[in-house]
Amino acid sequence: MEKGFRGEVKFNMSSRDNILSKIKQNQPDLLPLPNLSVLGGEQFDLVEKFTEILEGIGGKVIQVAHNDEIKKYIAANYPPNARVISTLSEFSENKDWQLADPHTLKDADFLIIKGQFAVAENGAIWLTETEMGQRVAPFITQYLAIIIDKSTILPTMHQAYEHIGSVDYGFGVFLAGPSKTADIEQSLVLGAHGARGLVVFLV
Amino acid sequence: MKTHSEAAEIFNKDFDRTTWHDETLYFVRQKRDKAAFQINDWELLRETASKIKNNVLSNMHNYLVQFEENALRNGIKVHWAADALEHNEIVYGIISEYYKGDIPADTFKGMVKSKSMLTEECHMNEFLKEKGIEVIDTDLGERIVQLAEEPPSHIVMPCIHWKKEEIGELFHKHLGTEKGNKDPQYLTEAARQHLRDKFLTRPIALTGVNFVVAETGEFVVCTNEGNADMGAHLADVHIASMGFEKIIPQKKHLGVFLRLLARSATGQPITTYSSHFKKPRDGQQMHIVIVDNGRSTQLGREDFRNSLKCIRCAACFNTCPVYRRSGGHSYHNAVAGPIGSILAPNLDMRANADLPFASTLCGSCSNVCPVKIDIHQQLYKWRQVLVQEGYTPASKTLAMKGMSTVLSNPGVFKFSGKVGRMLMDKLPFLVNNSMNPWYKQREMPEPPEESFRDWYKKNREK
Repeated sequence: MEKGFRGEVKFNMSSRDNILSKIKQNQPDLLPLPNLSVLGGEQFDLVEKFTEILEGIGGKVIQVAHNDEIKKYIAANYPPNARVISTLSEFSENKDWQLADPHTLKDADFLIIKGQFAVAENGAIWLTETEMGQRVAPFITQYLAIIIDKSTILPTMHQAYEHIGSVDYGFGVFLAGPSKTADIEQSLVLGAHGARGLVVFLV
Repeated sequence: MKTHSEAAEIFNKDFDRTTWHDETLYFVRQKRDKAAFQINDWELLRETASKIKNNVLSNMHNYLVQFEENALRNGIKVHWAADALEHNEIVYGIISEYYKGDIPADTFKGMVKSKSMLTEECHMNEFLKEKGIEVIDTDLGERIVQLAEEPPSHIVMPCIHWKKEEIGELFHKHLGTEKGNKDPQYLTEAARQHLRDKFLTRPIALTGVNFVVAETGEFVVCTNEGNADMGAHLADVHIASMGFEKIIPQKKHLGVFLRLLARSATGQPITTYSSHFKKPRDGQQMHIVIVDNGRSTQLGREDFRNSLKCIRCAACFNTCPVYRRSGGHSYHNAVAGPIGSILAPNLDMRANADLPFASTLCGSCSNVCPVKIDIHQQLYKWRQVLVQEGYTPASKTLAMKGMSTVLSNPGVFKFSGKVGRMLMDKLPFLVNNSMNPWYKQREMPEPPEESFRDWYKKNREK
């Protein structure tokens, strides 16, 4: 079996060269890239737009002045025996889960993290693995909460990528709302495979 | 294999169901319109996306080399597959290597897969099944068609042709849900539990790819359900399969495509998850398989290369009057609809010669395409190529030749018109019968008493 696989790798190298040379031969003459700076000029109230769009796609937006209000929300919605995990010390002292086997997060009930920034036009929040604690965490948890600093909301995806710039990461996601599907007769159902609910605390 | 028109005729036997299918898809088309109209710069976005893709086609070689270099630096293993078989063998090779050549016989050795039309194109599931490896499709719609042993009928909504009662029945049989329960919420929850177990137990995950960035060596996967992420972040091995045309030059270009993709596909402002995979997590293997399978040939066909700009949103499916009333399976190709009909003849002209004729050439597909592919013009051009190459059925060629004789000869045209009017008037059963395809679901019109030529002769003096 190993032998066969090595053989395929060798075969593979020539496929690479064949594909690339055929592409080089067949591709048309070089055409220029367009200018992107003319895009993303939409004007709107960022907090209002973000809230409207995110609620339209099944998310919940709560404006809070202080972390205590978030703690009250958790206490009111999750029993003491629920597994609440967080990357933020204010909500959970325990950080072991971040280094554990990702499969051990299968019984996480609620994850609370801080997002890097948000996008008003589509309700998306940018997270990298640093904010997630573990890559699988915001997907495997039953419910998800993300704290967003209001001043970090950007109008469109163009500003979003400009903001990300060339910062390095291993994994990043634009996350917009709870997991959902409409595969059964176009009926919208929240909670397909990822988090069943998303609450965003705007501070 | 049935041709598109033969399969469509069977699909159309159930009139109410065809109407339901038609209306369901048009509803999605309307959601697309609503989302698009909210963006003032929508047309500018389409134009920009089209230009980026034109640049990509013209600089494909260098972008792929640049991507490979950056991906390798990021710790991603890069593989190249000339065709479907080589793709499947590479995937099998990766699995085999993971098990050090000793693939266990238990059911947990298998793979969880999130949506990848490329693996449908390559018939990967069947290939791996023969080798004893079970592939579990994890997108809800794809899992439904997989349990039913069918291919997807739509590239974004794989089971759009299924009714909830039938899905309830299917889940009762395979997942043990209560008999008669057809509630989408209940059925989705059952699938969530069923597939969560698979995500937690399968060591290998395969995903498709929406965009690949040459500048950074990362790839982006878009889902609403979160299945790509549940699979990839729990598995020891992540394999991503891509057609080489998925490449874009720089990260900032994602801004353009992510604004267009979901709005064009389902009318959402963006998919729930747009995941950017750049490096494997600690202890994980990440592979990317770059597939040609006819694409480099298509790149060399000047009239058809634009089809490689496609971002697989399926807006052209949802707007197409022929797709909506014939269903995806009538197209006998992994990618159906208008875009599939211009991609398929490149793969196999003989087998897919019927598909460019499965269109009214109304042009609605080209009007909704987010990257401005001239789909209906390519359908028309394929027809000419297929006739010239002799791939169209003899009856069609004969009819076209007859038509050409009549239309290019005024005397014959005049005589044929007279005979036609006389027959429709005196012997209507000759045309009002099932032998005449124009009579299906229609009444033939009353024949006019005289031809325009005769009328003009009489009236020109007045």
